[in-house]
Amino acid sequence: MAEVIMPKMGDAMTEGKVLRWMKHPGDTVAAGEAIAEIETDKVNVELPAEESGTLTEILAAEGATVPVGGAIAVILRPGEERAGAGAPSVLEREVPPRAPAPAVTPGPTPTSGAAPTPERIPPEERIKASPLARRLARERGIDLAEIQGTGPEGRITKDDVEAFLALRAGTRAETPTPASEDVPLTRMRQTIARRMAESKQQAPHFYVTVEILMDEALALRARLNGDLGEKVVSVNDLILKAAARALRTFPNLNGSFTGESLRRHGEMHMGFALALPEGLIVPVIRHCDRKSIPEIAREAKDLGERARTGRLHPDELQGATFTVSNLGMFDVENFIAIINPPQAAILAVGSARPQPVADGDRVRVARVMKATISADHRVTDGAEAARYLGELKRLLQDPTQLS
Amino acid sequence: MAQVLTYRDALRATLMEEMDRNPAVVLLGEDIGVYQGTFRITADFLTRFGPKRVIDTPISELGFVGAAVGMAMLGLRPVVEVMTWNFSLLAADQILNNAAKLRYFSGGQVNVPLVIRGPNGAGVQLSAQHSQSLEALYAHFPGLWVVAPATPADARGLLLTALRGKDPVVFLENAALYGAKGEVQDGAAAIPFGQAEIMRRGHDVTIISYSRMVHLALVAAEQLAQQGIEAEVINLRTLRPLDRETLIRSVRRTHRAVVVQEQWRPFGAAAEIAAVIYEGAFDLLDAPVERVTGADVPMPYARNLELLALPHERDIVAAVQRTLYRQ
Repeated sequence: MAEVIMPKMGDAMTEGKVLRWMKHPGDTVAAGEAIAEIETDKVNVELPAEESGTLTEILAAEGATVPVGGAIAVILRPGEERAGAGAPSVLEREVPPRAPAPAVTPGPTPTSGAAPTPERIPPEERIKASPLARRLARERGIDLAEIQGTGPEGRITKDDVEAFLALRAGTRAETPTPASEDVPLTRMRQTIARRMAESKQQAPHFYVTVEILMDEALALRARLNGDLGEKVVSVNDLILKAAARALRTFPNLNGSFTGESLRRHGEMHMGFALALPEGLIVPVIRHCDRKSIPEIAREAKDLGERARTGRLHPDELQGATFTVSNLGMFDVENFIAIINPPQAAILAVGSARPQPVADGDRVRVARVMKATISADHRVTDGAEAARYLGELKRLLQDPTQLS
Repeated sequence: MAQVLTYRDALRATLMEEMDRNPAVVLLGEDIGVYQGTFRITADFLTRFGPKRVIDTPISELGFVGAAVGMAMLGLRPVVEVMTWNFSLLAADQILNNAAKLRYFSGGQVNVPLVIRGPNGAGVQLSAQHSQSLEALYAHFPGLWVVAPATPADARGLLLTALRGKDPVVFLENAALYGAKGEVQDGAAAIPFGQAEIMRRGHDVTIISYSRMVHLALVAAEQLAQQGIEAEVINLRTLRPLDRETLIRSVRRTHRAVVVQEQWRPFGAAAEIAAVIYEGAFDLLDAPVERVTGADVPMPYARNLELLALPHERDIVAAVQRTLYRQ
């Protein structure tokens, strides 16, 4: 017998939500075949079966949040019988029949002594809704709990969902001063809140800013896109490449603070911050210093597109050794970012804006970009950060070395 | 050109046409020859085709259905009239254990091209033993086709298919429909089994039925239209095979279904049809599938009670309103 457990898909993950069961009790499953869709802090992933056999029991209902390591289903190998058939299932053992549903609280993984306690909604609290209403709500991203059902026993029908949508749209369109409201935090928002607060509380940040003349880099970008015949390469791709290459000389900035020591990473895995409607995620481009700019550009584009459709693999959000955050597309002069722990530093870049610059005795107009590094003072000092920015500036102002 | 025929005349003309065309077609049944048929489906057949092809039988269903099974095995195409389907129970062993299974038992060496036809369902004050609807019973058994025409055009098209197939067909007519008129295209082709007909288009609910109940469904749909509810009405025409595709496609569009049958509710055709809908359109249903059925009692003799025991169009209207959550 194999218990399917909530896998740990990332350092920050303490619990996951079962979004959808793709297999049902009685179904035969092959090892590697997807059996469920799991929502982690940042992405939705398909959970593959580790063993072939028959899915005999589902221990966590769709929508249930389960701590990492908690059992969510049981797979029996062919010919195998359920061990201790008379024993109560995890559900019966852990959840008193009339217990209220535990609140979803992102928190530390329960200590190893505690048995996993998969959340389950007791039958009497299950929201009654027609299959069509459920489907509509799922497609529109509506929580059924917000809707008042008008059918028998409060069943939510298609009309109820549509009325809710219309009301919501109407509220948005007609109310000039919207009333205050408490919006529940999405899991992504909860994670961002927790990790950013931790970072600011624990890592002593300091900041260094430089101005970089971007004309040459922009010319290189235009040339590369001309060669490729499409607009693939963005300014950010050039910055990623330059930032990664510059790290070769400054291994402290490509490190992690572990408490007792500093881990200097051999690889330059660059995370790039990506804004999504529901929050922020940081996909990773591995070995960024060794990849060509077109390679980086294609990879960044692919990661970005899949991030927007929620189809990133957790691996693609893990293992960054340094992060670049770019708000250049919003016409900002500069900003400062919060370090993404356990990394040592993060680079924040603004827009490349035409500005007068002194060129010898003359004044000319150049495209100037401000880059600000936030660094962890436990790991590095201002001088090192400044020298790193100097190298970054050199590479971007003379980008022949980048291509 | 289309002509308007009664359901009875459509059956009669088709039977006659096939007997003219195919000398292997022979008729057996009680009172079908000299008396010209209890419901006059075989009027003038004895004169026209003679006693070798129009055989008046004794009152012995087990015997004459058994004889017909033997005839079919040896190359004839017998059409047995049961005075009503209630009497088929006397021949149940021949139908269910021989006719339905011989092709299977013989590994396909022997066919049983047998049509058993007659009225099914309630009439007027025929009481408990003679008012039964037996379609679910026969549709339960593999090896039989179960056909239930609702219109004269169905009667012709389905009888043609029955008379040209190689398997036993349970052909369920309805006494109340014999006088019903409808258009039949001249030389109309056979209607393949398993092809339901959408009798009325609508987008709010799908009403599914067969045989006489289709007409109730159409009346109900008319009344519903006056309330602004557009019902789609499906005439199944055959229960085995069941046209799952047409049903599911319709319900996926309307999100609601009402199934109407004259027979008793438990283990009836509507339960099977509802299950097919749940299997094929679960995620698109906005309400449980509703069933409109006969009352779960032996048919009362008293006319007022008999009418209460049979489905009425107001029951269909109410069921549709429930699926739309309108009371």
